[in-house]
Amino acid sequence: MKDIKVLGTGCANCKATVKLVEEVANAKGVEIALEKVEDIQKIMTYNIMSTPAVVIDGQVVHAGGIPARSKVESWF
Amino acid sequence: MDNPRSFPMKHPKTLLLLMVGLWWGIYQTLIPLSEFIVQLFPIERDSKLGSALQFFFYDTPKVLMLLTGVVMVMGMVNSYFTPERTRAILAGRREGVANGMAASLGIVTPFCSCSAVPLFIGFVQAGVPLGVTFSFLISAPMVNEVALTLLFAMFGWKVAGLYLGMGLMIAIFSGWIIGRLNMEEHLEDWVRNMPKVNADFDTADLTLSDRLQAGFTSVREIVGKVWPYILAGIAIGAGIHGYVPEDFMASFMGKDVWWAVPASVLAGVPMYTNAAGIIPIVEALLAKGAALGTVLAFMMSVIALSLPEMVILRKVLKPKLIATFIGVVASGIILVGYVFNAVL
Repeated sequence: MKDIKVLGTGCANCKATVKLVEEVANAKGVEIALEKVEDIQKIMTYNIMSTPAVVIDGQVVHAGGIPARSKVESWF
Repeated sequence: MDNPRSFPMKHPKTLLLLMVGLWWGIYQTLIPLSEFIVQLFPIERDSKLGSALQFFFYDTPKVLMLLTGVVMVMGMVNSYFTPERTRAILAGRREGVANGMAASLGIVTPFCSCSAVPLFIGFVQAGVPLGVTFSFLISAPMVNEVALTLLFAMFGWKVAGLYLGMGLMIAIFSGWIIGRLNMEEHLEDWVRNMPKVNADFDTADLTLSDRLQAGFTSVREIVGKVWPYILAGIAIGAGIHGYVPEDFMASFMGKDVWWAVPASVLAGVPMYTNAAGIIPIVEALLAKGAALGTVLAFMMSVIALSLPEMVILRKVLKPKLIATFIGVVASGIILVGYVFNAVL
């Protein structure tokens, strides 16, 4: 099971990212534990400068804007 | 477009040249094309309705094409200026020249208002001076390519140039003043206690086709989002001419009304919309006799000072620094509004 966090202060792009990750994981039948991190202090511990960002098993794999679907697919 | 390794993407230079040629070719045919379309209607070309239609059929594709072109180019330029790179350029610099650099970088660095706080902290953490960070933070939303393109398309290069110059000046001086006030202690404690980071960044070597891809993405995201506002703006511009008296707004927002500039700035703070959303309003105000300085001040206030952004910034800035930020920027905008009303 992959542990996935979406970092973002709650803007439209962040919500779209969460939805996209869920969709792709479902489509590929991958089990994930998805968490939305909205607290800015927690977000900043990942050393990123643009949101939304995606963290998989502690690794930042994406920052800034909604990731492309092909990029999300490559994570699973 | 979805498959980056498709045939045209293997020949990015050819693709780029083709696109530029095609764009230019279509742009040249806009006037004859709009005349042709108007002829298809059973309306006198020289009638009021006829010229309004021609205006609409010419202006709509013109503005959309200009916007697509500029957003495409900016999408490619943005790919050179990631936030990380901008931070590395600004880190450790002294205030002064760095304020000007920060304000200019604010134009070319991709920026979304929801990233304002992470960006702010990331800059401060890497040792970018507070005032320089503010110069960036003010210029990034205010001076953006959509606002400039629309101003250029609708009011000409002088108004667009004025807006650019004014925006940069406000960003540079507001940041400089905030830097002079030594307000570092008014950052929230947890921000000041964050570990300092190095401004190093990984250079991701992008190819031309990656940059083209970035351009396409921003066209899809930005033009795809703002075109309804632009249609509304042009329709308002074409439509209201006959129905509202020309000097209707002059009595509220004309040059002779001394309180118009501060009132416009105040009215703009609680309003929040992006550059595209405000242009229809700007168009309507100007067409009805409002003074240019007043209207531009209103526009800057709506874009640069917004309540939702303040609520987010409050998590990293103590009230005194937020108040200073709003006060300095608002004063700058008011001053610029007065100056332009006086000069023009």
